[in-house]
Amino acid sequence: MILAIGFAVLASCALVSAYFVARSEDLVHAVLWLAASLLVTAAIYAMLGASVLAGVQALVYVGGVITLMIFGLMITRRHDTAIVRAESQGIVRGGLVASALFALLAWAILATPGLDAPVDVSPLPPAELGRALVQRHVLAFEVLSVLLLAAMVGAIVIARRRDPGDEPARAPAPSPAPSSASSEVTR
Amino acid sequence: MTLSTCLLLASALFCIGVYGLLTRRQAIAVLLAVELMANAANLVFVSFGRLRGGATGEVFALFSIAITVAEVAVGLALVLLLFRAFRDTQLSLATETKG
Repeated sequence: MILAIGFAVLASCALVSAYFVARSEDLVHAVLWLAASLLVTAAIYAMLGASVLAGVQALVYVGGVITLMIFGLMITRRHDTAIVRAESQGIVRGGLVASALFALLAWAILATPGLDAPVDVSPLPPAELGRALVQRHVLAFEVLSVLLLAAMVGAIVIARRRDPGDEPARAPAPSPAPSSASSEVTR
Repeated sequence: MTLSTCLLLASALFCIGVYGLLTRRQAIAVLLAVELMANAANLVFVSFGRLRGGATGEVFALFSIAITVAEVAVGLALVLLLFRAFRDTQLSLATETKG
């Protein structure tokens, strides 16, 4: 009973903060609401017995992804405004599509037999998770590390500033871009 | 707490993410909405994993978290590129890029 009430409270917190992620006018607020939503999801994981996953979610998502997002936000903001505006467009259309999708999913969930079974909330021992990670799923684990390396290299290649001397044949006129770029670095 | 309540919560979170994806015009705001959707998918992994017992659901959710982090890194690099080209991060500007 207490578990059900706790779950209801956490679920409504997650929904409210997710709503503000999608709706907040200030982009920094939206990122912070996302952090709240992810933290509440971590609490739900802990409630479902997946305590290791809750820790990973809090560390990697809330610690890593949110920091990355804030950095991206601060780097790409224009300096003439104090807050970073994020306006929404097509609210009615988006709301219609999202609620239609939710109706479809809810119908599919409620119409499927066997889904009203209670979930097992007994905590999973971390040793079992670790064993599954490096024994049964070890190939996926290793492939994942290669994927992370590829993503890191890809992100660096995409975001790297091109050297002005990289393409000597295709530069017809010395544009003011290098000077502005260097001033941006010092800023 | 049954499996269907967890699934309903996850689909509601996912649909809020879809709503944000459709209505936002700022590239970083779209990334935030994608994060919400990925988080909902993780919740589904964990709920089904708990139904069956064993660690497989959690292992999948762990892998999914790692992939999402990689996606955020690449997405933010793209946002940075967009900002460098146009001094703004409106997604509609990306239609003007060439090559």
